[in-house]
Amino acid sequence: MPYGIKTADFNTEEHNIMKKFIRILTLALIATLCIGAFAGCGKTPTVDTIRKEGKIVMLTNAAFPPFEYVDGSDIVGVDVDIAREIAADLGVELEIQNMEFDGIVGAVQSGKGAIGVAGMSINEERLQSVDFSVEYVKSKLVVLVSSDNTEITTPDALTGKSIAVQTGTTSDVFASDIKDATISRYKSFLDAASALNSGKVDAVIVDEMTAAEILSANAILVQLADPLTEERYAIAIQKGNKTLLDAVNTTLNRLISEGKIDEYIYNHTAAGTEAEG
Amino acid sequence: MTFFSDILARFYRTLIVKDRWLLLLRGLRVTLIIAAVSLVIGVALGVIVAVVKVAHSQKPKSAALKILNAVCSVYINVIRGTPMVVQLMIMYFVVFASSSNGVAVAILAFGINSGAYVAEIMRAGILAVDRGQTEAGRSLGLSSFQTMKEIVLPQAIKNILPALCNEFITLLKETSVAGYIAVEDLTKAGDMIRYSTYDAFVPLVVVALIYLVMVLGLTKIVGIFERRLARSDNR
Repeated sequence: MPYGIKTADFNTEEHNIMKKFIRILTLALIATLCIGAFAGCGKTPTVDTIRKEGKIVMLTNAAFPPFEYVDGSDIVGVDVDIAREIAADLGVELEIQNMEFDGIVGAVQSGKGAIGVAGMSINEERLQSVDFSVEYVKSKLVVLVSSDNTEITTPDALTGKSIAVQTGTTSDVFASDIKDATISRYKSFLDAASALNSGKVDAVIVDEMTAAEILSANAILVQLADPLTEERYAIAIQKGNKTLLDAVNTTLNRLISEGKIDEYIYNHTAAGTEAEG
Repeated sequence: MTFFSDILARFYRTLIVKDRWLLLLRGLRVTLIIAAVSLVIGVALGVIVAVVKVAHSQKPKSAALKILNAVCSVYINVIRGTPMVVQLMIMYFVVFASSSNGVAVAILAFGINSGAYVAEIMRAGILAVDRGQTEAGRSLGLSSFQTMKEIVLPQAIKNILPALCNEFITLLKETSVAGYIAVEDLTKAGDMIRYSTYDAFVPLVVVALIYLVMVLGLTKIVGIFERRLARSDNR
C-alpha cells in the first residue's frame, strides 16, 4: 500500500524534527540556567566600597523637572544637588546614570547604582524591593487638563476618561485604579504632557512641582484645584545596606535642618530661574 | 518665508541655545563606539561560528565538531529568535546585574547579537562557492585549510560583503535601543533635548538625519568596495 508507506515516512520525518526541536529547547534551557546562576551575584555598594572606588553612582530619570532635568548638556536638579552633597559628605565623586524610571528600583536592588534619587515616592511595592531614606520632600499628585476642557473639573470626573502617565510612577499606580479609565503609559511625564497638548488624551496625572514646570511651558494646559494624594519623596537604597542608608540619612537630615532643600527647589523652579536671569 | 524663519528659530532654540548640540555630539560618539566595537565582536564571533558550521557540514562524523555545532546552533537560534531589546535588557539587568557600565554591556550585547547574523551571512557566502572549486584545490595538492584560505574565502568575500554591510547598517540603527539601559546614545540625546525643550520636531528630525547620513555614507563605501571586487569578473 503506497499510501500507507508514505504516511509512515512522513511520521518519521516529523518525529526527527520533533527530536531536534526538543534537543534545541533543552540546550536553550541549560543556557538560561547558566545565565540564572550568574544573576545571583549582584553587588552591594557599601560606604567602604564606594570610598574605595572613589565614586557614588546615582540612578535617575532626567525628565522630571525640577528634581532632575537636562540643562544644556548637563543633568541638573534638586535631586542632583542633594546627591552632590551626599557624595561630598562621603568624600567621593558623583556619577549620574540617566535611565528609564521604571528600571531604577530594580537597578538599585541589584547594586547597579548606590542611590536611586528620582523624586521617588515611597510606596508598598517599592518597599518590598528596596529600603528608603528619610523623606526629603512632600508633594501631591495633581491633574492637568486642556484649558478648554469643561467636562473634567474635579478628579472624580476622570472616570472613563483617557489619562496619560509615566510608566511605573505613583501616577501610574493611581490612574490604574480609576474606574473605566484608559491609561496611556509614556516614557516620561513630558511625553505625557505632549500627548495632552496635542489632544491624544483627556488628562495627565503628575506630581505638583513637575506640573508647575509643565504648565509654565505649555500655556494651553491648566491644573485642577483639588489634588489627588500626598506623595513623600525619598532616596532608594539596596535592602539591608545599613551603612549607606545611615550616611544618606545623615546628609539628608542636615540639608533639611539647614533649609537647603527648599533653597534647591526654589533655584530649580520657574520662579528661581526667572529671578536669576 | 515665515515658515522657514520659524523652523530656523526652532533649530536655534533647541540646538544652539545652551549648546544642546553638544548632547547630540556626545550621543553620536557613543553610538559610533557601540556600533564599531560590536561589529568587530560580531564579525569575530561570526567567523568562528561559520567555520564550525561549515567544518561540521564537511566532516559530519567528528564528535568534537558535533558538540561545537550543537552549541553554535543553539546560539544562532536563541539570538535570532529573541528581540534585540529583550537581549539587551537580559544582559544589563540579569547577566551583568552588578555592572553599571552600560556602554560595555551594550557593546557585548550588540556584538553577540550581530555575531549570529554574521555567522549565517558567512556560512551562506562560503557554501555559495561551487563545490568544484574545493575539489579542484584538493586535487592540486592543497590542504583543506589552504584550499579554504586561497580559493574558497576570496570568492566567498564577494558574496559576503554586501550582506555584511547590510548587517552593519542594521546594527548601527539597532543601537538606538541602547537608551533602555541608561546609555546616552544619539537617540537618547535627542530624547533629552526633547524633554528639556518641549519640542519634538527638531530633535527627532535631526537625529533621523544623522542616522540617515551615516547609513548613506556606509552604503557609498560598500559600493566602492563592490565595484573594486567586481573588476576581476570582467573577462
